[in-house]
Amino acid sequence: MSRLLRVTDIKVHFPVGKTGILGRPANYLKAVDGVSFDIQRGETLGLVGESGSGKTTLGRAILRALEPTSGEIVYEQDGNSIDIMGLNRNGLRKIWRNMQMIFQDPYASLNPRMTVQDIISEPLLANKLAKGKDLNDQVVDMAQRCGLNTGHLSRFPHAFSGGQRQRIAIARALILHPEFIVCDEAVSALDVSIQAQILNLLKDLQVELNLTYLFIAHDLAAVAYACDRVAVMYLGQIVEIASTEKLYYSPRHPYTEALMSAIPEANPEQVMQPVFLTGERPSPTNPPAGCRFHTRCKYATDECRTQVPALREITEGHFVACLHSEGLSLKGALEHGKG
Amino acid sequence: MTSPVLAIPKLKKSNRRPEMATQWQLMWWKFKKHHMALVGMIMLSLLVFSAVFAEILSPEIPTERNNKYLASGPMGIHFFDSEWNFHLRPFVYSRSTKRDPVTLRKIAVVDETKLWPIEFFVTGSPYKFWGLVETDIHFFGAKGGFVHLFGTDSLGRDVFSRSLYATRISLSVGLVGVTFAFILGAIIGGIAGYFGGIIDNLIMRLIEFIRSIPTLPLWLALSAALPREWSSLQVYLAITVILAMIGWTHLARTVRSKLLALREEDFTVAARLSGCTDMRIILRHLLPAFMSYMIVDVTIAFPEILLAETSLSFLGLGLREPAESWGVLLFAAQNVRSISHMPWLLIPGLFIIVAVLAFNFVGDGMRDAADPYSK
Repeated sequence: MSRLLRVTDIKVHFPVGKTGILGRPANYLKAVDGVSFDIQRGETLGLVGESGSGKTTLGRAILRALEPTSGEIVYEQDGNSIDIMGLNRNGLRKIWRNMQMIFQDPYASLNPRMTVQDIISEPLLANKLAKGKDLNDQVVDMAQRCGLNTGHLSRFPHAFSGGQRQRIAIARALILHPEFIVCDEAVSALDVSIQAQILNLLKDLQVELNLTYLFIAHDLAAVAYACDRVAVMYLGQIVEIASTEKLYYSPRHPYTEALMSAIPEANPEQVMQPVFLTGERPSPTNPPAGCRFHTRCKYATDECRTQVPALREITEGHFVACLHSEGLSLKGALEHGKG
Repeated sequence: MTSPVLAIPKLKKSNRRPEMATQWQLMWWKFKKHHMALVGMIMLSLLVFSAVFAEILSPEIPTERNNKYLASGPMGIHFFDSEWNFHLRPFVYSRSTKRDPVTLRKIAVVDETKLWPIEFFVTGSPYKFWGLVETDIHFFGAKGGFVHLFGTDSLGRDVFSRSLYATRISLSVGLVGVTFAFILGAIIGGIAGYFGGIIDNLIMRLIEFIRSIPTLPLWLALSAALPREWSSLQVYLAITVILAMIGWTHLARTVRSKLLALREEDFTVAARLSGCTDMRIILRHLLPAFMSYMIVDVTIAFPEILLAETSLSFLGLGLREPAESWGVLLFAAQNVRSISHMPWLLIPGLFIIVAVLAFNFVGDGMRDAADPYSK
């Protein structure tokens, strides 16, 4: 597998509060604060973390749908490395043919004033890639692949259910035949049964069209089902990346352990004993010094309060940002029940 | 035991296809539920109709003076004469002129012995319809005499005819003013909303400044600056522009706030990622989304401009004779003497009230219908 995307030390800081009328921002909300990772061609990288950990911001920043404060994003296309941060408006429009996004809320991401046909054909029209019969054929083809009834293309989004709307959004994202898709909580707004359908659709399309996904979610079960590798975010930083199996069954970061302990088991008799985190999540405006997780970590030592742990590879392909990960024996998913 | 019969509600037959309906269809369905708005719509249509066909509908041309019926009251249309005989064709009683023995003024008195039947599509004074087609057909008139539904003013001009002509001018002043305001507001508000930052800040402060100026003195100052020797057409155009200069601020604010909100919507981000240029995003994705709100604002701005024109003309600083507008007509009813002698000169005021109310009702209904996707 070859690398498709490399993200290095990306930061997204939002100004908050103001001093004086035209003064500088009083502080910055560090939504994403120094994140680095690679995505391989054809894989699905999961990105999990609690609400407010910066998952969505990171996903948008990678596409530059939201301007990152600093960092480097390099995209590999036909043997050329493209520096996404250095692109101007036109360069971005071109690269967006290869990188698309599926949004969380299919009610907000489809323009209610346009028919499904118009919505799906918009990327082709905007890039002047097709017109007339060719356009129509491409739209019908993509709608079919995404499981839409092609007889309903002249309807408006308000006539569709959430799952169907998400299929429309997927068709729109794929109509330009991109290589890389950011799925921003693409299934979390849907019913569980519909979630499964959409996840399967995404998997089928991945094989069919040779896609690479960044799969942002907070549903750990969906992530386990969909992803090859998973990254865990906490307070704007990645604390652990590993293959799905390693991350779920032998986590090396205390925060991952706590997350995994929250996965419910499909056995009603099983008594759950999740690891409870104490205290509140610190504000991303004033993150704690040292390891950001030390305020809620039961293994924290004095070292953790001062020393910032770097993301380091402890076994092959398993990166952890914890000073003590070698010394801890942490439980994985489904190991938290009694007995 | 008999099982209870369940009443199955009959489904209303309807050929509506909500899933295929465009935004405007959905809006119309919602608008129709608002009865007052429908009434307002009908009243407005009537006003517009009479404005368009003012020359045909009015029995006289507005500058025509009737020396036999100076400063006299409305003439009633009757179906029964003084002996209670029914006439299928409505009529007005004839009038004869006498001298008041005290003031020695000429006065018109009702002469019940002679009837002037009302006829339709009669020939009368020649006029040019919309200044183009020359004709002398009037929708109605009294055979053998004259008919003044709303009476006449002190010069003997027909108030009814003048009101119809004034409807044309007043509505068109509103229309042109609102169009100017709409264009100005859309462009300036669009710039503020799309670019944001310092530009937005400057434009918003400017709007606040303009809105803080007391309107009446400002209009007075602006219209006092118009050269006196201008023709009534030039004054008319200048007045509409002056009204638009103040009217755009509200629209600009609406446009800006809608743009600011829509800019952050997911579907706008999706459009950007789809490769749309800024222009395409604004025209194809954002504009249709706030068009309905702008139309609501326009219907609400319309009566404001209408009233502004009326106030200006009433104060003698807006349109002037021989141009007719509702304000100009009311100008004649300014002093107590003319109101006490000729209260019918206030009738054009009713037109203003009806128009403003109608616009407000329609605006109300439009506001409810503007977002058909909200439940």
